[in-house]
Amino acid sequence: MMRLMTVVGLMAAAAALVPPARAQDPGPLVIEITRPNIEPVPIAIPQFIPETGEAGQVAADITRVVAADLVGTGLFRQIEEAAFISPVTSFDAPVAYADWKAINAQGLITGAVTSSGGQISVKFRLFDIFSGDAMGDGLQFAGSEGEWRRIAHKVADQIYSRITGESGYFDSRIVFVAQSGPKDNRLRALAVMDQDGANARYLTDTSTIVLGPRFSPDGGQILYTSFETGFPRIRLLDLGSGSSQSIADLQGDMTFAPRFSPDGGTVVFSLADGGNTDIYAMALGSAQTTRLTDAPSIETAPSFSPDSGQIVFESDRSGNQQLYVMPTGGGEPARISFGEGRYGTPVWSPRGDLIAFTKQNKGRFHIGVMRSDGSEERLLTASFLDEGPTWAPNGRVIMFTRTTAGAAGDSQLYSVDISGRNLRAVPSESAASDPSWSPLRP
Amino acid sequence: MMRLPTIALLVGAMALAACNNPDRFGKGGLTDDSFGGAGGIGVGGLGDPNDPNSPAYFAQTIGDRVLFQVDQSTLTPEARTILASQAVWLNNHPTYTAIIEGHADEQGTEDYNLALSKRRAAAVQEFLISQGVLGNRLRTIGYGKLKPLAVCSEESCYAQNRRAVTVISAGAGT
Repeated sequence: MMRLMTVVGLMAAAAALVPPARAQDPGPLVIEITRPNIEPVPIAIPQFIPETGEAGQVAADITRVVAADLVGTGLFRQIEEAAFISPVTSFDAPVAYADWKAINAQGLITGAVTSSGGQISVKFRLFDIFSGDAMGDGLQFAGSEGEWRRIAHKVADQIYSRITGESGYFDSRIVFVAQSGPKDNRLRALAVMDQDGANARYLTDTSTIVLGPRFSPDGGQILYTSFETGFPRIRLLDLGSGSSQSIADLQGDMTFAPRFSPDGGTVVFSLADGGNTDIYAMALGSAQTTRLTDAPSIETAPSFSPDSGQIVFESDRSGNQQLYVMPTGGGEPARISFGEGRYGTPVWSPRGDLIAFTKQNKGRFHIGVMRSDGSEERLLTASFLDEGPTWAPNGRVIMFTRTTAGAAGDSQLYSVDISGRNLRAVPSESAASDPSWSPLRP
Repeated sequence: MMRLPTIALLVGAMALAACNNPDRFGKGGLTDDSFGGAGGIGVGGLGDPNDPNSPAYFAQTIGDRVLFQVDQSTLTPEARTILASQAVWLNNHPTYTAIIEGHADEQGTEDYNLALSKRRAAAVQEFLISQGVLGNRLRTIGYGKLKPLAVCSEESCYAQNRRAVTVISAGAGT
C-alpha cells in the first residue's frame, strides 16, 4: 500500500532565492499538449539523493524511470548530467537558479529516497527555473520496496500533471495478447504489463486462442474472448485471483468483442447467430441480457461513451464498415463516419470528446480520431496494418497494434499522441497485439 | 528475458490427439490445424483418400473448402459446385457431422473478420441445408484472421485464406 503526503517547510526558503529573470526567459513552465508543434522542454533531473545508506540503487532506479516516463512523452528533453554546473547534494539545499538557467534548464526535479526495512520513501520537488519558483508543494510517496516502479510512475504523473495541467497516465497497466511462433501457427497468451513494458506477467497459457482483452473500469478484471470451448466465448478474468469464468452463454455460436460500461456493471458484446452478428448488453449481476441491434448486417466492436448515455459501434449495413452511435438502450443508430474507406473498432475517449478508430483505405491502415459527432476526422498513423486503438486514462495518448507484412510479419504495440506526435514502439518481451489500457492506478 | 509460457509438449500431444479424435473441439483449437494446415493434413484416423466412404476422400477428392472474394460471403459458382458434392457425400454418410470453419485474410480488423468469417461459414451451412443436409449435423465457427493457411501478404495468399472448410467428424448430430 502506498502512502502520499506533502513535504512542507522549505518552499519559502527556496522561493526567497529568486534571481532576476534573464532576457531569454522562455516564460512559465507550462506545456499545452494540444498545440500542434511542441519543442521538447529541457529539464534537469539530477539523480535523487539517497538519504539512507541502502537507498543508493533504488534512488538511481527511480530517477531513471521518472526521466524515462517524462522524456517518453516527447514533451521533455533531459539535460545530460555532465552539463550540470552545481551538483545537488541535499534535498533541502536552496536551488541555485542561476546555475540551472545557465544551461537552459527550464524545469528542475529534485528528489530524495530513503530505504529501511523493506520500505522506501520518495520525496520530490519541481522547480520552474526561469520563474524562479517551486511548482506546487513537495510531495512524498512511501511504499514497499517492490513498488519502487509504481512510486516512480506516481512521481512522474505528478510532474506531468503540474506542467501540462492534464492528469497523468504513467502509473497504469496494459493487458494484451503476447504472441510467438510462425504466422500460420501462432501461440497466443493473455499478459499484463506496466504501461512502459515492465513487470510483464502472463494470465493464460498458450493452449487456447485468446483475443481482445479489456480492462474493467476499476482495473481489477479483464474481459476477453477465448476459444477454450472450441468456439469463441467471452470470459471474465479476475486479476487478483487469476481465475476466470465464462459469461454470456447465450443461444448462438460465438460471443466476442466485449467491453465494460463505465460503471463496470454491464458488458456490451457481439453475438453471432448463424451468419448474423449483432450487439447485446448483459448486466453482470443479474446476467439479464438485452439485444441492442437487430439488423442482418455485421454489428460489432461496441464502446460506451464515458457518460454511459451512448454506444459507438461498427456496422457494414451500408455495404462496408462504418461507425454508428446509438442510445445505450438500443434504438436508431446515427452514422458518424463519412470519409473514404472503411472504419472499424471505435473506442470512446475517457474524456468523452473524441472517438478513436481504425481506418482502412487504399490498402493502408490508419489509427485516427474524430469528434463524437464524426467531425474533425484526423488520421494519426499509416502503415500496412494498424488496428485496435485503446486510450490512455487521460485521453491524450492512444496505443494500438501494428503488424508488419509478409511471412515473417509480426505484431507490436505502438503509442501515439492524439496530435499525431511521438509515435513510438511500446517495449514488450514478445510480439504483442490487442492492447487495452487500464485506468490510472489508485 | 521472459518467454511465453509455452506448453510445447502438451500442445504437441493435443495436436496429435486431435487428428484421431472426432471431438476435436473438446480441446483448444490453436495448434489444431489438422484440417486447416497447409497440406500437412494428418489423415491417419480419417481413412484412405481413395476410399469414397472416408473423411479423407471428402477432404481431398471432393474438396473440403471453398474460397471467397474480398470482404464477401457470397458463394461463387465454383464454390456451389464443390458444396453440392459435399452435400451428396454428407447425405450418403449420415453418421458423420461437420463443423464449417470460416476464415478471413489479414486485411481487416480482428472483430470484423471474426464476424465476416462466421458469415462465410453460415453461407456454406445454408447451402448444404438447401441440398438436404440436416441442419443439426452442421455447426459453424469463425476464426477471423487468426488461422491463416498461407502466410505471404499478397493476394495469392489472401485468396487461399478467405475460405470456409467443412471439417468432418464422426458421431451423431446434436
